[in-house]
Amino acid sequence: MEFLRPATWDEALAAKAEHPSALPISGGTDVMVELNFDRHRPSALLDLNRISELTAWESGRYEGQEGEVIRLGAAVPYARITRELSTELPGLSLAGNTVGSPQIRNRGSVGGNLGGASPAGDAHPALLAAGRDVLVEAESVRGTRLIPIDEFYVGVKRNSLEPDELIRAVRIPVADGPQQFSKIGTRNAMVIAVCAFGIALHPKNGTVGTGIGSAAPTPRRAVDAEEFIGGELAERGLWQSGGLIGPAAIQRFGELVAAAASPIDDVRGTAAYRRHALAVMARRTLTWTWNEYTQSLRSAA
Amino acid sequence: MRVTFTANGREVEADDVWEGESLLFMLRERLGLPGSKNACEQGECGSCTVYLDGAPVCSCLVAAGQVQDREVRTVEGLADPQGSLDEVQQAFVDAGAVQCGFCTPGLLVQSHDLLERNPQPSDNDIREALSGNLCRCTGYEKIMDAVRLASARKCSSSEVAQ
Repeated sequence: MEFLRPATWDEALAAKAEHPSALPISGGTDVMVELNFDRHRPSALLDLNRISELTAWESGRYEGQEGEVIRLGAAVPYARITRELSTELPGLSLAGNTVGSPQIRNRGSVGGNLGGASPAGDAHPALLAAGRDVLVEAESVRGTRLIPIDEFYVGVKRNSLEPDELIRAVRIPVADGPQQFSKIGTRNAMVIAVCAFGIALHPKNGTVGTGIGSAAPTPRRAVDAEEFIGGELAERGLWQSGGLIGPAAIQRFGELVAAAASPIDDVRGTAAYRRHALAVMARRTLTWTWNEYTQSLRSAA
Repeated sequence: MRVTFTANGREVEADDVWEGESLLFMLRERLGLPGSKNACEQGECGSCTVYLDGAPVCSCLVAAGQVQDREVRTVEGLADPQGSLDEVQQAFVDAGAVQCGFCTPGLLVQSHDLLERNPQPSDNDIREALSGNLCRCTGYEKIMDAVRLASARKCSSSEVAQ
């Protein structure tokens, strides 16, 4: 096995072009488990720890995205996302704070979740919910490619990166409304999600974003649920009035989220339980975010 | 490959390191630092917790080659070089927070970091900080006592200093 240790991003891209089968390693919290148990032995490891721009984030405006955007370096650890970006990216901060343990959150990053593309990755539901204009910045010696988050996940632990590409950053619009994340596990730390759900209210364009984790071959959006609740809020003028959504619509939203999943039975839970739990999490997180939204309307009035 | 880094304030060098080897293995088997314990090898138990550039991490999940030119501090580096125990270590002894002792090094490093960042943690803060460290003997009560004791001593000694 080779250990490639590029000192700069350009060197990393060159190394990946020359060794397309090299496995990128940053926090190591997934990669090292595979190596320790000898489940996988790549031809080379490509260490990204020395590339400082990967652990930096910046805010700005970018083409193809509305409003202010956080360009989050691929290797910014979850502990820092929660500490530094809880206002700008509340959903991702909440999700990141449920990853593993404090030690894991000091190393693990969104780039790692995206690279691994496990359906159980905690960042995915939050990224999907944050909007269809969340973009993964994939780079190679050939140039930069912006992959919309909805096109990023293509199968179980498979993403749409080309063999010579590395993830440089993720561009995530700054939240324009309340966001929530909910996850089911056997205890409050160190759990792989049985299933998870992310939600984001987008009052600016009158939409609601969702993301389902651990209940389908890939992380996925509950499209019908989003359209239903978006239509409900618009038709009844609720974005303006801040009125109650009401139990019937909340119930329907939960059912549509559950219907969007295609879960399986496995050691962590049954398919039926996952569907049930998703409906419950969808109802709860919708209620939490809507309450927060109506409170912000009232305090602004 | 050869890996050169700082371990507990001292420059060290390990030779013939396998490319897929963990920092934990290198510390224990090549550098004579067996304080960090090897249990789960998947980041579940926290027994191998060390500081890497000041942040506590599971050393079983860091590739040895990744620490080139960086700073590692293990449980062996908590006590001062004259041999007197760190406040957290002394509190674990005094509170009886050690039974078989296997989880202790990781708990010490993680508790040390907690008290550096937050000298007066609430019980919830302690539980959250130690949520990635498993102990199968104590039921955690004595460990909670030890961290509270270390916190009380730390706060009273800093008051005296003022």
